[in-house]
Amino acid sequence: MALSLALVAGAAPAAEGGGFNPDISLILDGRYSAYDNDTEYELPGFMLGGEAGRGEEGFHLGHNELAVSANVDDMYYGKMTAVLHDHEGETEVELEEAYIETLALGNGLAVKGGRFFSGIGYLNDQHPHAWDFADAPLVYRGLFGDQLRDDGLQVSWVAPTDLYFRLGGEITRGERFPAGGAGNDGAGASALFAKLGGDVGASHAWQLGLSHWQAEIEGRTSGGHVHGGGVAEVPTYSGDSTVSGIDFVWKWAPNGNAIERNLKLQAEYFVRDEEGTVVMDDGSASPETTRYDGTQSGWYAQAVYQFMPRWRVGLRYDQLDSDNEGADEEVLGEAGLDDEGHTPTRSTVMLDYSYSEYSRLRLQYAKDDSYEDSDNILTVQYVMSLGPHGAHKF
Amino acid sequence: MKGLIKIVAVVLLLAAALPAAAQLNVFACEPEWAALAAEVGGERVKTYAATTAHQDPHRIEARPSLIAKVRRAELLVCSGAELEIGWLPMLQRQAGNRRVLSGQPGHFEAASVVERLEIPEQVDRSMGDVHASGNPHVHLDPRRLLQIAGALSARLAELDPIGADYYRQRLADFSGRWQQAIARWEAMAAPLKGARIVVHHKDWVYLCDWLGIEIAGALEPRPGLPTSAGHLAGLRRELANKPAGMIVHTAYQSERAARRLSQMSGIPVVELPYTVGGAKGAVDLFGLFEVTLERLLGAVK
Repeated sequence: MALSLALVAGAAPAAEGGGFNPDISLILDGRYSAYDNDTEYELPGFMLGGEAGRGEEGFHLGHNELAVSANVDDMYYGKMTAVLHDHEGETEVELEEAYIETLALGNGLAVKGGRFFSGIGYLNDQHPHAWDFADAPLVYRGLFGDQLRDDGLQVSWVAPTDLYFRLGGEITRGERFPAGGAGNDGAGASALFAKLGGDVGASHAWQLGLSHWQAEIEGRTSGGHVHGGGVAEVPTYSGDSTVSGIDFVWKWAPNGNAIERNLKLQAEYFVRDEEGTVVMDDGSASPETTRYDGTQSGWYAQAVYQFMPRWRVGLRYDQLDSDNEGADEEVLGEAGLDDEGHTPTRSTVMLDYSYSEYSRLRLQYAKDDSYEDSDNILTVQYVMSLGPHGAHKF
Repeated sequence: MKGLIKIVAVVLLLAAALPAAAQLNVFACEPEWAALAAEVGGERVKTYAATTAHQDPHRIEARPSLIAKVRRAELLVCSGAELEIGWLPMLQRQAGNRRVLSGQPGHFEAASVVERLEIPEQVDRSMGDVHASGNPHVHLDPRRLLQIAGALSARLAELDPIGADYYRQRLADFSGRWQQAIARWEAMAAPLKGARIVVHHKDWVYLCDWLGIEIAGALEPRPGLPTSAGHLAGLRRELANKPAGMIVHTAYQSERAARRLSQMSGIPVVELPYTVGGAKGAVDLFGLFEVTLERLLGAVK
């Protein structure tokens, strides 16, 4: 009774995050995948790290996450996301995000601190459950180990203009892939990004982004190699690394009403330059080593069309390219940096069905030529969200 | 040098002219609030409507253009009661504008100043898209709209104290015209009392509450979910026992489901403007109610 009186009297609970209890949101993600190939996955010309890989075969769980978020007070917002996943039979908990963000600095300024997804690119700071395909684009897999996130500080500013303009900068620890070693006394990586965006008439909206990331890397490791009964050799990179990127999104909905039909076009391109040393760390005092100077780039373009309520169909094309040079080509090859004369590509098509905005079932097929053995991959996936779930970004 | 002096003079003149021309930047989440802000704010406000009558206010994307608008806004005028929960909080967090955060004077929620209907005793997602704070579509009751106009006028005066007298005067003028219109509309709408209508979504609760219209059913099986063949068949069976006079939908809802039920049951379909801009003639709040009543009356004849 007291509650309903309070509601009538206008003390309505604030729209989001204003209650005394934090918002708790759970994402459930399960899959079945079928592959033609049994060979170990590689991406010629790229040192794989992070979450990169082709995923498990058969029935398996995807990205199940639990997020707790709320306004701390009228100055700060806080959020933590924990991801639970199975790794070799054991359930691991991973702290995916844990950050605070200012709410009320004003003048378009916001500061974020903690562990967060970097603001570079378009897809990078979106959670996997918000992706339009079951997996990350190849260029994200190859360069960032699916997604770039780190511990540090982000400052961003929105200009007071009619054309949307946002500028952001980050300084982060630089310990997680694709950085490594937490160089520069634990501030080894930094990023800059800018976004421009607007509408064209009532039916079209667009956003263009430019990004730059750089790190001083001390001992970035990627997947180890075992030679017939020998010791594992872990390819380890130390040196400079920079990534530059451009991303573009265009959305269409008739009169801006996306309920019946809508179309989303999106493309991103990234290029990475590295110069340093690769060591094949085998625990010995004098491991194999080579000087290395490399460039790796890639792009993808995708279209997702909702042709009737609940149903969407999507098409994506991925392509990568690398040009790596070193004093010792053999060591480069062992580190996975030899492109083996192969241009990695992949074509993906997906169909998904959302009974409500909280539930999604997806069927996806990919013709994967990202390595020499061409693969056909079929994925069936569910992604469901429980609890108050904040709005998605554009 | 002479040219430079000229430029400086022009800049100074412009700067001097600015305060007089400075209007309060109002970001209205829906067209009805843009229209109301224009009624009570007059020339002291510059209003931007974030959505149109052809868009579903539940489902708006936090587009870059909207972030840019919220960045510069001095007042948000929105429905509240969680209608905009899918997009407004994201705009507020992204825009970095503390004047318009929830709880600040720059954030006006219309639904919070009136008594709301359909406040659920419990909220569960299996019930569909229900709002814990009640039905948010409050603008379709002109009596509630008048209450909201009063609160909005007071809020404008708080944010722009120099204009307080002006806003009071605008409100008095609007209230007078609006009350006369309500009396006229109520007289006109007498034949609608007790009529039964089928709605697409529960957008019409306040209109029906005002006019004494009974809601016979909804095309959406649960709020926010698209209709299904099974649900329509069930609805038709119910309507066979207790008939309804019309099936009502807005400009932003597909008329397919309404047409299908109409073919099955013979009940006529009526498209109502729902908000300002939703039909020819619904150019302002007065026009919105005129057209709505005209079309409802046309269907009961």
